[in-house]
Amino acid sequence: MNTTLNSLPETKPVRSRFRNTIGKYTIKRNSSCIACGKCAELCPHGVHIKPDHYSAPFRPVEHNCIGFACKDTDHYCIEHCPEEAMTLKENPLLETMGDYRWTPDMLLGHFAMAETGDLPHVDLEYSLGNSGGGFDKMRFKKPDPGLALDLADERMDTSIDLNKTGDGRPLKTISIPCYGGGMSYGSTALSVIVGRARAAKRLNSLTCTGEGGYPPEFLPYKDHVITQVATGLFGVREETIQNCPVMEFKYAQGAKPGLGGHLLGEKVTEAVAKMRETVVGRPLFSPFPFHSVYSVEDHKKHVDWMKEINHKVLCSVKVSTPTDVDMVAVGAYYAGAHIIHIDGSYGGTGAAPDIAKKNIAMPIEYAIPKVHRFLVEEGARDKITLIASGGIRNAMDVAKAIALGADGCVIGTADLVAVECVRCGNCESGRGCARGIATTDPELGYMIDEAYVEQRLVNMYMAWRKQWCRLLRSFGLTSIKELRGRSDLLVHLDYLDEEERKQYQNSPGYKMVL
Amino acid sequence: MPQKYTIHTKPAPPKFYPVGKYATIEFRENCAGSCKECVKKKCVYDIFKNNYLHMSKMEEPEYLYTCNSCFRCIQECTKGIFSRVINPEYRDIGDEYYTPDVINRTWYQAHTGSIPVSGAGYRGPFAGKGFDSMWTDMSEIVRPTRDGIHGREYINTCIELSRRPERLAFHDDGSLAVAVSPILEIPLPILFEKPSFGVLSQKVLVSMLKAAQAIGTKMFMDADEINETLAPFGTTIIPKVKKENVHRFNGLLKGSDMVEIDYEPGIESVLEALKAGHENLVISVGLPLSAALNYADIGVALSRTAMDTLHVYADYNGREFNSQNPRFIKDMLRDIHTALVKAGTRRQINILASGGVSMAEHVNKTIICGADGVVIDRPLLLAMECRLCDRCRKGLSCPVKLEGIDPEYGSNRIINLMGAWRNQMLEMLGAMGLREARRLRGEVGRSMWFEDLEKESFGPIFGERKISLDVG
Repeated sequence: MNTTLNSLPETKPVRSRFRNTIGKYTIKRNSSCIACGKCAELCPHGVHIKPDHYSAPFRPVEHNCIGFACKDTDHYCIEHCPEEAMTLKENPLLETMGDYRWTPDMLLGHFAMAETGDLPHVDLEYSLGNSGGGFDKMRFKKPDPGLALDLADERMDTSIDLNKTGDGRPLKTISIPCYGGGMSYGSTALSVIVGRARAAKRLNSLTCTGEGGYPPEFLPYKDHVITQVATGLFGVREETIQNCPVMEFKYAQGAKPGLGGHLLGEKVTEAVAKMRETVVGRPLFSPFPFHSVYSVEDHKKHVDWMKEINHKVLCSVKVSTPTDVDMVAVGAYYAGAHIIHIDGSYGGTGAAPDIAKKNIAMPIEYAIPKVHRFLVEEGARDKITLIASGGIRNAMDVAKAIALGADGCVIGTADLVAVECVRCGNCESGRGCARGIATTDPELGYMIDEAYVEQRLVNMYMAWRKQWCRLLRSFGLTSIKELRGRSDLLVHLDYLDEEERKQYQNSPGYKMVL
Repeated sequence: MPQKYTIHTKPAPPKFYPVGKYATIEFRENCAGSCKECVKKKCVYDIFKNNYLHMSKMEEPEYLYTCNSCFRCIQECTKGIFSRVINPEYRDIGDEYYTPDVINRTWYQAHTGSIPVSGAGYRGPFAGKGFDSMWTDMSEIVRPTRDGIHGREYINTCIELSRRPERLAFHDDGSLAVAVSPILEIPLPILFEKPSFGVLSQKVLVSMLKAAQAIGTKMFMDADEINETLAPFGTTIIPKVKKENVHRFNGLLKGSDMVEIDYEPGIESVLEALKAGHENLVISVGLPLSAALNYADIGVALSRTAMDTLHVYADYNGREFNSQNPRFIKDMLRDIHTALVKAGTRRQINILASGGVSMAEHVNKTIICGADGVVIDRPLLLAMECRLCDRCRKGLSCPVKLEGIDPEYGSNRIINLMGAWRNQMLEMLGAMGLREARRLRGEVGRSMWFEDLEKESFGPIFGERKISLDVG
């Protein structure tokens, strides 16, 4: 048993920031209600609440309602209401929520995990999207029941190692096979990025500065904060490299491969401008690529430079997924990187041209096995950590990525969904995110507090961990490291005969209007 | 130093409310009335501001079209009186190819001249048919720097429409030993064509021609339709003629630098005669991509005549004509391009492709498949606020009163759309590390294909596909 497992953080309920939560079902009380409190008495899910001394029950907490599945129970409020004052139906609002990749169920499922630290009790499909390909078409094989282990989650190992080179630098291990992707100071509210750092500390994982500099608020968590060195070099200083356990060169980003970062002028407030050493209100375009890197040799100089500044730092190289991503990965290995981080084309961003998100570079599902195989052939696979990101949305995507050959994943969007991002896509416009997440607006930027972010993230990752543990146990594995490259445990529905396909869960068939 | 080509855009707000995706529903009877926490006052996007003004004018409320989907009014209203639905009108606009999303983005670009930019990641299907089954490549490190692609690091988007000699030969004194025709080039690999349906008033056509003239491209239209109002646009118009009526337009062709003649068997002699009569006239042959024709072979045969440019036509959705199982233009173009490469004539002629180009990404993808440039028509109508509602086909009135559009405004919207498209082309070319649109022609090495990626990455893991890929 891994000793770091003892430090797994405690989950505790963190309610939504919003008065009216969104549920899969809507349950309404009409004016016939006599406030008898029967519904509150019956409901075990906390949908109906009528505190003592209150004359009427609160409005139903709809996101806790399990809907029509309740019909067969003895606490189905609709039937037990003496005045027949209640109606239940599927929430029509969901049609206006989500998209092919993040379906409404997946969004609501993650809200629930972040709220409770547990898997949702409502029938939500939170592990599969509706994209019709990639992870959404992959399933884990039906495990042989004889393999199943009877081990508690606490005894399962979900940790991964980040330094496999044996170069004498620290052997960094994180307790979950994920760490946080770069979100810069400027693109995202300070409380969100600091909250992520606090969660990373409690989860014994990492988060990343993005390319917006290193705010002093990160210092208490510096052992869990990656300093990103991106092409704009905003806020990169010797001390920020000296602070960090891992530094990350961002060569490219999956959401906008081949393009640099872009921070809109509205987001460049006085504090952001000071951190980035730029002018207030002026948009910031990061160049592409690094002006100092035109070859693997140039890249090696970069890596050496960082290693010289901080003798303990591990180097990660974040690249996008072009045709030759396998060659790029091997190049990074030979240049002395500890981590090769491949960011697939369907990843998140604060702002990117839509044309780039959809059309440039390959989805991560293709890139992982390609890179994994090539590293194996080159004899380098066990000497470098392969991290995947860009379109990894949930715990099962992480597990599938690992089975395809990654060691672990970097998560960005799911972190934001945990703090109630609805993926409206307006992070870049005007004052930024209306929900207070991706904004530096003097009003909106303070809608969230760090403690809320920290606990919601801890909750979500601990719920994810439950899914990983359940999966590993079913295949007789005790460590997620044993899952790496086990693509033999995966099936793809399009590669199965019709009969075989029937054994596996269908993809959700939402009718999306884009 | 010659001035760098750029398309100057200026905002041209819509005259009619664009059909928005979401409609906000307010159950006003449940409103608390005197609530101090009213979410309407707190809306970050101010969409409820002045939201009562529509009532006196009996118009629809503006916030039907401006909701940004943040859900805050729904989630924060103390009485929970807000909800949302997808605007039923939004579902109805367009068709399977020109989806409501494509139409909305086109309107946005025509309004602002800007590239659509958004936060969060890609939200569509994993892959799809047609152009959605390919991705373009990018270069990680070794490539020209991309920053400043709109200025310092100039990317050339010009293409030629005139024929190139097979090879150059020189006399002993260094002078040219072969006849070289004047070069006809346009600064953008996008040409216009008069749509075959829609409200096509003189004002609409003038809007299109003014835009074409302003950005230096050209517009195909039937020679018969070129009247006194349009004649001043001169070489901006590429007259389209047929074998049987070409002789009627000698005067018109004298003032043109390019002509298009419909393909039909035996056209070769007409092309020779045309070239003989108009030495500097660039000749395009319009070839429908019909299953009844062996278009690749015809293309090769035509490439050995006096033709300068082969203009292939698919239907609006990029599909083959006269087929039960029509192919998509990307596959047909690859066949034609490859046949010409094998015949050794590809570099001498140019290919223009019509059909299926509804978004900026399709321009680059069409070129990767083997075209030199694309020809568009529907997006021009969309730029002028057309809703593809088909009312005009039924003889009903146009909801955006297209017939009376001010050509200044109409051309402004089209110029904006082209500016946004070109900038998106530059983004993709920059990411690919290419400095010239011409370098992209047939460059499938800078693309990735759904079927290939499935085979290479998933084949070794999952074996053989049991559900065949439909990427056509």
